[in-house]
Amino acid sequence: MVSPRVLLAAAFVVVALAVQVTMLARLPLPGATPDLLLLVVVGLALANGPGFGLAVGFCAGLALDLVPPADHEIGRWALVLTLVGYLAGLARGEARRSAFVPLVVVAAAAAASVLLYAGLGALMADSHVTWSAVGRLLPTAVLYDVVLSAFALPVILAWAARVEPEAVPR
Amino acid sequence: MNRDTRRTRVLLALLLVTSVSLITLDYRGGDRSPLNGLRSVASAVFGPVEQVAAAIAGPVADAVNGVSTLGDGRDELRRLRRENAELKRALRASGVDRNRVAELDELLRVAGAGRYEVVPAQVIAVGAAQSFSWTVTIDAGTRDGVRPDMTVLNGDGLVGRVKTAGPSTATVLLAVDPQSSVGVRLEGSMEVGFTTGQGLADGSDLDLQLLDGQSTVVRGDRLVTFGSQGSTPYVPGVPVGEVLSVRGTPGSQTRTAVVRPYVDFTALDLVGIVVAPPRKDPRDAVLPPRPDTTPQPTVTVTVTPKPGGGA
Repeated sequence: MVSPRVLLAAAFVVVALAVQVTMLARLPLPGATPDLLLLVVVGLALANGPGFGLAVGFCAGLALDLVPPADHEIGRWALVLTLVGYLAGLARGEARRSAFVPLVVVAAAAAASVLLYAGLGALMADSHVTWSAVGRLLPTAVLYDVVLSAFALPVILAWAARVEPEAVPR
Repeated sequence: MNRDTRRTRVLLALLLVTSVSLITLDYRGGDRSPLNGLRSVASAVFGPVEQVAAAIAGPVADAVNGVSTLGDGRDELRRLRRENAELKRALRASGVDRNRVAELDELLRVAGAGRYEVVPAQVIAVGAAQSFSWTVTIDAGTRDGVRPDMTVLNGDGLVGRVKTAGPSTATVLLAVDPQSSVGVRLEGSMEVGFTTGQGLADGSDLDLQLLDGQSTVVRGDRLVTFGSQGSTPYVPGVPVGEVLSVRGTPGSQTRTAVVRPYVDFTALDLVGIVVAPPRKDPRDAVLPPRPDTTPQPTVTVTVTPKPGGGA
């Protein structure tokens, strides 16, 4: 028996992935791509806690590693989003108290995801990763993700609340 | 599952170790990675999803625009507004269609000039900039005759090469990717070299290295592909770009320059995959005529044509 919140998470991950690669990545924005998948991971982690967050993060990351046009080593985004999901889940208690906390968590998650992914690349001597590229991606990733979260997070949290009423911060 | 328990930490450690093992397996496997099977399954499954999503993305945006232009009011006003919105949308759509027709025209011109046999395809998905790899997904795959290591071009010039091909979609490695290295030749000469990408996050220029350190290269020189062995991955004669600046590196074995590619990699739409290379190297035939050569008006009414006036 698959629990409804697992089904909801799977649906969110598939939709976010499709929207991200076919629409968001094609927007003529300078720097980073608005990371809807990251917001899904953060949102579900804030709603359900670190255990669920890291599981969603791993699955979402693995999907991002696999679906075309991905061309990097499988497991890189899985590693990064597992950590992001776990850490965002730890902030679940705080997020219940203040509406400001989720925004801070999103900003931190955006910065951490860029840095961790680039760091992993640097470890593997990935010729793509340069300091100037990271410098351009970091501020734009944080900006776009925080702006996008103002629209996306309420939707994700509302759906999570509908599925699991007592689990979600109010 | 909801709190940070011992069980959660065990799961965290387990998934992190799994990720690291996957990365290691895939990294050491390289092109013959044992995980490539997973990749092809993912592209076979998610490729059609991307096709549907890309097909929805356009009309949805149009519909949103259309609805937002519809106000409420009296019936007449509403009817007129609806009609107006519909016409506006039709106009916009025809603009997109016209744009696409123009792109297809250009692609056909390039394919005809170079005698390339191309399969047209649409870019449906783009990788996130955060992934540091410059790849796109196109909606043509092995069913359309697309195979890995085929040249991809559009009406402006070289786009890249096919990296992997699924049944209905394929992944293209763009020429701006730092991993892609393209053999090129200067227009009109036999000077050869190769370009490597700088990545789009660093601007979309290419680095050019000429093999002969004594070769003369100046700003504005145009480059075409040299053609790889057996025309894979690059067929000869595809326009690549123009030299933007030459770096003075006295005493070095090779000369380096910065090249501005003809293709706008941030706005890719219609591309062509070269499924059969030309029988003969088209040399410089695919390059458009130089804009700075004195343009000859096509309709000139002269009573007495001067001898030698056509050159």
